[in-house]
Amino acid sequence: MKVFLEQLLNGLTTGSFYALIALGYSMVYGVMKLINFAHGDLFTLGSYLGYTILVLGTAYTTSYLGLWGGMVVTMLIVATCLALVGTLLERIAYRPIYSSGRLPLVVSALGASIFLENSIMVIWGARPQAYISEVIPAKILNIAGLRISIIQIIILILSFILMSILYYVVQKTTFGAAIRACAIDRNTAALMGINIGTIIFFVFAVGPALGGMAGVLVGMYYRKITFIMGWNYGLKAFTATILGGIGNIPGAMLGGLLLGVLEMLGSVYISTAFKDVFVFLILILVLIFRPTGILGEKVAEKV
Amino acid sequence: MTTRDIINNIKQTVKTKQKWPIPVIITLFVFFPILINNSYIIDVAFFLGFYTLLGLSLNIVLGEVGLFDLGHMGFAAIGAYVTAILNTSFGISVVILLPVSAIAAGAFAYLVCSPVIHLRGDYLCIVTLGMGEIIRLTLVLNPFGITGGPNGVFGIDFPSIGTLFVVDNSIKFYYFIWIIVGFVVLALVRLQSSRIGRAWNCIREDEIAAESTGIDVRSYKLLAFVIGAALAGVAGNVYATKLMIVSPESFDFMESCLLFCIVLIGGMGSIPGIIIGAAAISLFPEIFRTFAQYRMLIFGAAMVLMMIFRPEGIWPRKRGAIELKSIMTKAGTENG
Amino acid sequence: MAKEKNVEIKNNNIDISIGKEEKTVLHAENLTKIFGGLTAVNKINMKVKQGQISSLIGPNGAGKTTVFNVVTGIYKADGGRVLFKGEDLAGNKPHQIIKKGIARTFQNIRLFSNMTCLENVMAGQHCRSQQGTWSAVLQTAGYKHEESVIRKNAENRLKQVGLWRFRDELAKNIAYGNQRMLEIGRALASNPDLLILDEPSSGLNDKESEDLIIFLNSLLKENLTILLIEHDMNVVMGISHWVTVMDEGKKIAEGLPEAVYSDPQVIEAYLGKEDEEEEY
Repeated sequence: MKVFLEQLLNGLTTGSFYALIALGYSMVYGVMKLINFAHGDLFTLGSYLGYTILVLGTAYTTSYLGLWGGMVVTMLIVATCLALVGTLLERIAYRPIYSSGRLPLVVSALGASIFLENSIMVIWGARPQAYISEVIPAKILNIAGLRISIIQIIILILSFILMSILYYVVQKTTFGAAIRACAIDRNTAALMGINIGTIIFFVFAVGPALGGMAGVLVGMYYRKITFIMGWNYGLKAFTATILGGIGNIPGAMLGGLLLGVLEMLGSVYISTAFKDVFVFLILILVLIFRPTGILGEKVAEKV
Repeated sequence: MTTRDIINNIKQTVKTKQKWPIPVIITLFVFFPILINNSYIIDVAFFLGFYTLLGLSLNIVLGEVGLFDLGHMGFAAIGAYVTAILNTSFGISVVILLPVSAIAAGAFAYLVCSPVIHLRGDYLCIVTLGMGEIIRLTLVLNPFGITGGPNGVFGIDFPSIGTLFVVDNSIKFYYFIWIIVGFVVLALVRLQSSRIGRAWNCIREDEIAAESTGIDVRSYKLLAFVIGAALAGVAGNVYATKLMIVSPESFDFMESCLLFCIVLIGGMGSIPGIIIGAAAISLFPEIFRTFAQYRMLIFGAAMVLMMIFRPEGIWPRKRGAIELKSIMTKAGTENG
Repeated sequence: MAKEKNVEIKNNNIDISIGKEEKTVLHAENLTKIFGGLTAVNKINMKVKQGQISSLIGPNGAGKTTVFNVVTGIYKADGGRVLFKGEDLAGNKPHQIIKKGIARTFQNIRLFSNMTCLENVMAGQHCRSQQGTWSAVLQTAGYKHEESVIRKNAENRLKQVGLWRFRDELAKNIAYGNQRMLEIGRALASNPDLLILDEPSSGLNDKESEDLIIFLNSLLKENLTILLIEHDMNVVMGISHWVTVMDEGKKIAEGLPEAVYSDPQVIEAYLGKEDEEEEY
């Protein structure tokens, strides 16, 4: 039982990563009907930026600001940078193509993804990098007989806070209603006076920002980062998005956490090696049997 | 003259229905290896043929019917591994295995696509992507020990019929692949102008209208996938016999992505366009060999730029630049 | 006055049908369709008689197109059934229904925009042909013969709807009124017994509407039965043998055109909705 609870916690931790990344996918798809393939690479970029800020200069930042200060500052800087990159990405690679249709957008998204992934490789090198231990709170606590690392607590609490804020904004504010309106019908929303430009800016800034922060957290949790990890995380986060219901913010959160737990169950009780296959199978099964996801709704097509 | 001028020139000539370019092109193809006595270049020409075949196979699914398939290399992998395993374990001739690979890939496509064929554009995209990944991962994980894991399977024979007809050097492989491509092009051109091809294009234009006009949309979509997969399986077979070794990394997502680009950059549904697209894709790494590190960077940027400035492709289908907007927005939106 | 002309044509139609035994081609029995919380079609009972032009009218949102969609198999009925020539259509997909002999057009024209007009009409022949992949690739004699038959029939239909000069033009490039006729041509190419037209005169000017009326009448000579959804009262009064009126999913009136026209319930349904399509 103890082991199960610890594993559950692990599952929720990875689930939090997926959830934070999935939010970015879901928001962008909901409003723009575009699968932002580059999103996984934005997440990777976040982790590498975090690495640069925290680790280079032999942990200068941490020695100057302390462990916690370093983390906070890093998160803020990464979030801001990623928000910037995200909006730039939209401006350069997507905006000129909206009028050309869906297929060119898919290709452009793929191209942007390839470009970002390789930029990261060019800048930081092809070998994996490591978040050194000096910059990570490394204590392992013993709560009610369970071994929990402090970093796990940080991840869970931080993710919870971020998701709660986003949930509040999207579900309880007028601006959030505008976002949800755009996700349902962008053209009509525009006709109702909603400023689409602001909404687009928001989703392309906040989504990548969350993804980038997830990147920093992943770096701190696993210690090792590679430039191709965006691919794997991205696809799994997308699975989470579909699982929860695409275009649906609470759905992305739920989907992410659920996927983390399912993946953990799969790797513990079925086979660790086939873990990834298991996740993709979930993706396909969901799309076959419940394409709208757990929290999604069917939208009828008018003939 | 810029490349664009040359291309436009060729286009003009073909448009004015002068038939002479085709015999000229065929003659060029036939005498190419004799004129160029460089093994390396002939190998490149082989891979041009290989990518053309793959591009043509994806074109049926993506170009003619308009289905987003981002896992197409998975079918080629099936063909390649069926050939590799049956040849090395049971000694079956690879020439016989060519239709076997085609059937295996086609059957696999039928089984795997049937449950998901109704999904609309974006979702099908992700599902095919996932399937391609599942195939690759399964090959790496070596279930029952038959796939050789990350190292793959090696020791595949050359194609041979008896002792007379043996394909064992670059020049022979060049002719081998291009003869296959020739037959495939002939078949596809005929299909394109047939009732089947029309039905496919109708589905691409408007699924609901197609269904209401008497086209069994589900069957035709599956047919496209099966034929596309079978042809990819053939390509996989030839690849296996040429390289004598198959491994999972030759069939990863990046390759499927490249195929996608070949069809799109060449011009959806356009057979001459596919050849140009295949040329662009297979020659690209060669041209940028010196910039090895920046190669993919440039490629990614090129994809984006291409979509910004010429989304209809280099040589769009002669029916008229297919306005992707009308097709593709219908493929996925709620309001048809 | 325009009305007199319509009465003239109308009288001719009535002459044709009087004294003949009329078979029921289409029979909707207690047809019901529910979308989520909305009952779009509520126990509709309707008959369409052979060789006649019947109209289904009603204010916007009455459920008329939904009835069509259930008949042609796009939606599944939630209650009741549809009988075509006595056969229950339940469980059939649209491509099977057109093969049985019901062809349709759409309210918001659905042509194959990037294909030529001729190809659009050739597509209509799909259910009347059967050559498959292998015969196409091998170019068998059977295949070549069938292709020429398809082409010939399509050419004839194209000429019949007056669009022969646009045969090689992309469907999206021709004028709106011509696009409507092209869609009808495509539907006719399947040699249907019942032609279902969803607002065929929508977007047409007066002259085009008159031409449409004459054209539809000419189709009756081919032993065709026609069912229309229409908003244009000229067309409805001008050629219908029988009119059924729907409002909010229910049938509120039916009968001969003038009877329906002066039915107080019908008037209220239209005026109450402030339907500005009402030109009279």
